Amino acid sequence: MNFDWSQVWDAMPTMLDGLLVALTATGIGYVIALILGLVFALARRSPNRWVSMPVGFLVEFIRSTPLLVQLFFFFYVLPLIGISVSPLATGAFALGLHYATYVSEVYRSGIDGVPPGQWEASTALNLSTRRTWTNVILPQAIPRVVPALANYIIAMFKDTPQLLAITVVEMLGGAIAIGSETFRYSEPIAAAGLVYLFVALVMAWIARIVERRFGQVRV
Amino acid sequence: MTNGDFITFEGVHKAFGQNVVLDDLSFSVGSGERVTLIGPSGSGKTTILRMLMTLTRPDRGTIKVNGDYLYHEERNGQLVPASEAHIRKVRSRITMVFQHFNLFPNMKVLRNVTEAPIHVLGKSKDEAEARGKELLEMVGLGDKLDAHPSQLSGGQQQRVAIARALAVDPDVLLLDEVTSALDPEIAAEVLDVLRDIAKTTDVTMLLVTHAMKFARDVSHRVLMFNEGRIIEDGTPEQLFNEPEQDRTRTFLKSVLDET
Repeated sequence: MNFDWSQVWDAMPTMLDGLLVALTATGIGYVIALILGLVFALARRSPNRWVSMPVGFLVEFIRSTPLLVQLFFFFYVLPLIGISVSPLATGAFALGLHYATYVSEVYRSGIDGVPPGQWEASTALNLSTRRTWTNVILPQAIPRVVPALANYIIAMFKDTPQLLAITVVEMLGGAIAIGSETFRYSEPIAAAGLVYLFVALVMAWIARIVERRFGQVRV
Repeated sequence: MTNGDFITFEGVHKAFGQNVVLDDLSFSVGSGERVTLIGPSGSGKTTILRMLMTLTRPDRGTIKVNGDYLYHEERNGQLVPASEAHIRKVRSRITMVFQHFNLFPNMKVLRNVTEAPIHVLGKSKDEAEARGKELLEMVGLGDKLDAHPSQLSGGQQQRVAIARALAVDPDVLLLDEVTSALDPEIAAEVLDVLRDIAKTTDVTMLLVTHAMKFARDVSHRVLMFNEGRIIEDGTPEQLFNEPEQDRTRTFLKSVLDET
């Protein structure tokens, strides 16, 4: 086997274009996951069973089906119901929705970690349910799960190659495109792998800083 | 001292599984009255306080506070389960201080005290802070306004909790074993604060405590609980000096031996 490192470097400009796409999908998807995840977590705790049960079912359903299936589903179904958005937007949304179900479990563990006495004190002061959530419970629940939340952004980033299935060309897609022209696949795919590795390591490093920062907040 | 029936329990029953904690209990407390609930653990004292604070619901029976049902509403002459809004309205006259303080650790001391006045009573920030400082001054923590609860000792935290409770101008103050988690010396500081409050305000107080000397000093009335019932009801002098029931006598003896 002859492995030509110069071809790895030649692939890099394409990889950087792909990286931009991957980071865009991850970034948008992550924001969706953080927001929807919180909505899911709160809805599942609703005293109204007509809210908590359907949302609980939805969360379990999304979590138990593969991301790839969900990507295809939204890619083919959204246009049918009159929503036509770019494949990248579709992919970011599907990624965000998928990860929202995991993120909601992270929020749940954070909320469960707030001592019952905090709820009782809020009742004793007659705070409204909304105030209790926004001013007492969530400010204590969220800091303790920031490290776990930060780890999901890495997992999401590593799932972006699946967007290739719905024609979103990020790094792996770029590598395969190069291969189909040059008939050399190993070098561009190695290039993609290196970029994934590098970016994931940087993210993990940032996550560890965040973890150390929040690990010290004793709430 | 006793102005009518301010708080009334009627036929209140509560069981946790097979364990009956309140057995068709009826009693009332007058406005401004300070009543201490004593008895062995599991006899239902704390459940009474938690029910008034709407933290534990009765299985049956009614509770009235200042003429309003706490868990019921009258609709077309019939008693129906109360809406959340009704419960909130009646509950607004009541507050509670807990054994484990339960300060909000994400807020500084002053914010703990002003949170409810601002967001529940609708006071302005300036007004709430002025009153908050006054109350913290009163409990001897005027220099801790910007501290975090975690930086305070247990006794200091409990005094903040008392200031926080008074800040909502309650008609009824529930004190649930407020010194049980504190060393005796620290407990004395907290009890001194409560003595002052008892002397200077006419807030109705229901206390569960094992600090018998304090109970004797501040209460108008003592209720002895046993197995979910009130077995003796009298002034502190009657109950502590000449208890009628053997059960009361043995209970008091066991508590005094401890301390």
